[in-house]
Amino acid sequence: MKPIETKQEYSDYVDQKSPNSPILKNCFNAFWVGGLICSIGQIIMDFCQYQGMDQTSASTVVSIILIAISAILTGLNVFNKIGKFAGAGSLVPITGFANSIVSPAIEYKSEGYIMGVGGKMFTVAGPVLVFGISASVIVGIIATFFQG
Amino acid sequence: MKRLGTQTIQLDNPPTIVSTASIVGPKEAQGPLAKYFDQCLDDEFWGEKTWEKAESKIIKETVNMAVTKSGIAATDIDYCFAGDLLNQCISSSFGLRELNIPFFGVFGACSTFVESLCLGSVFVESGAATNVLCATSSHFCSAEKQFRFPLELGNQRPQSAQWTVTGSGAAVVSANGTGPFITMITPGKIVDMGIKDANNMGAAMAPAALDTLITHFRDTGRKPSYYDAIITGDLGYIGKEILTELSETKGYNIKSNYNDCGVLIFDKEKQDTHSGGSGCACVGTTFSGYFYKQLQEKKLNKILLIATRCFNEFYELSTRGKHSWYCTCN
Repeated sequence: MKPIETKQEYSDYVDQKSPNSPILKNCFNAFWVGGLICSIGQIIMDFCQYQGMDQTSASTVVSIILIAISAILTGLNVFNKIGKFAGAGSLVPITGFANSIVSPAIEYKSEGYIMGVGGKMFTVAGPVLVFGISASVIVGIIATFFQG
Repeated sequence: MKRLGTQTIQLDNPPTIVSTASIVGPKEAQGPLAKYFDQCLDDEFWGEKTWEKAESKIIKETVNMAVTKSGIAATDIDYCFAGDLLNQCISSSFGLRELNIPFFGVFGACSTFVESLCLGSVFVESGAATNVLCATSSHFCSAEKQFRFPLELGNQRPQSAQWTVTGSGAAVVSANGTGPFITMITPGKIVDMGIKDANNMGAAMAPAALDTLITHFRDTGRKPSYYDAIITGDLGYIGKEILTELSETKGYNIKSNYNDCGVLIFDKEKQDTHSGGSGCACVGTTFSGYFYKQLQEKKLNKILLIATRCFNEFYELSTRGKHSWYCTCN
């Protein structure tokens, strides 16, 4: 091996030395767990519609139930184990978003309810909210302007 | 005390490490070095309400243990050098407030323990102190909370990530004693090879370790084979491999006697720790628990202890500033 002098050479060398995550296994687990979560959502939705709800109310109920389950599992120290196993499979559905808000809330409870829970609850989800809301405002303005 | 070469300090009346103590958390207690630690905890809280308080208690109890073992009265210890990973070094400041010993807060991140030993031994050698106390601590949960993500967040750790060791290591260094001695110190420069991945600290720190390692050999005229063991603090599996290979390209073969505390402290396969252990307590507990006993039993006679640190700017996910401290124990 020849000596490494530049940052670029070192960066390439480190990439080659660092083990990759098991991508195939991770993709497979993400696929079936994510699919399972979505199927549960669909079952709840079909059940609600069967009970006579319209589609909008039924999808709201699905979100509420999935968020509640995810928040409870986070509190029971179970969701992080699912997340470690399933990766994006549990992160991408609304369950991941619920987990990203509940987990800092639990973590920072030791710093008090106002500055701890209240102040730091959005440390993980904050960027998603800021850019999600900003993007929707921009899209809203454009839509208004063109439909004007 | 005199300078050798560009960076090394030689201690002519080398101070002795009179005693060490180590307390570790439950995960470390399941690791391969468990039997060498003085105390293993059953849970991360140790009866406290927060992880930060638990960490303070760990360092406090470890320091008390080290002082008791040394046979030196706490009132005869002149200065204390300690630090940890948390903001403003709160674990050590709160943990050691009842000691009533003048306190130097050392922020050396993962190299704090060795940096404290270096500073403490210079104090002792210069006559400014007769006995000093050096200590450090880290806690997996408090470190994750401050630098990474909440523990309950369902994410995946990359293969190059390391696991912060929960625990504390402490040592009493004295002018009087029969060894093991601290004979040489080589403080390292800040080396940045542009690694920005906060989950690959071993690779970020390895060039700093290499720089100081080579400087140490050049300053002292020693060869790697002079030492029975060359030990780095927390380069982990990836950093260890990089350091071994890069040293070879520079003409130093350290394969036979080099190891890393982050590699030794956990069982990678069984404990799911990916690239190994890290944190202040990694080198703190492994040296205090394992290597100090090896020195006492004369299984090892000359060791070179290298600790590196690496700063994470979490929000930018960039890693800057690596620094290594060397301390050789003879």
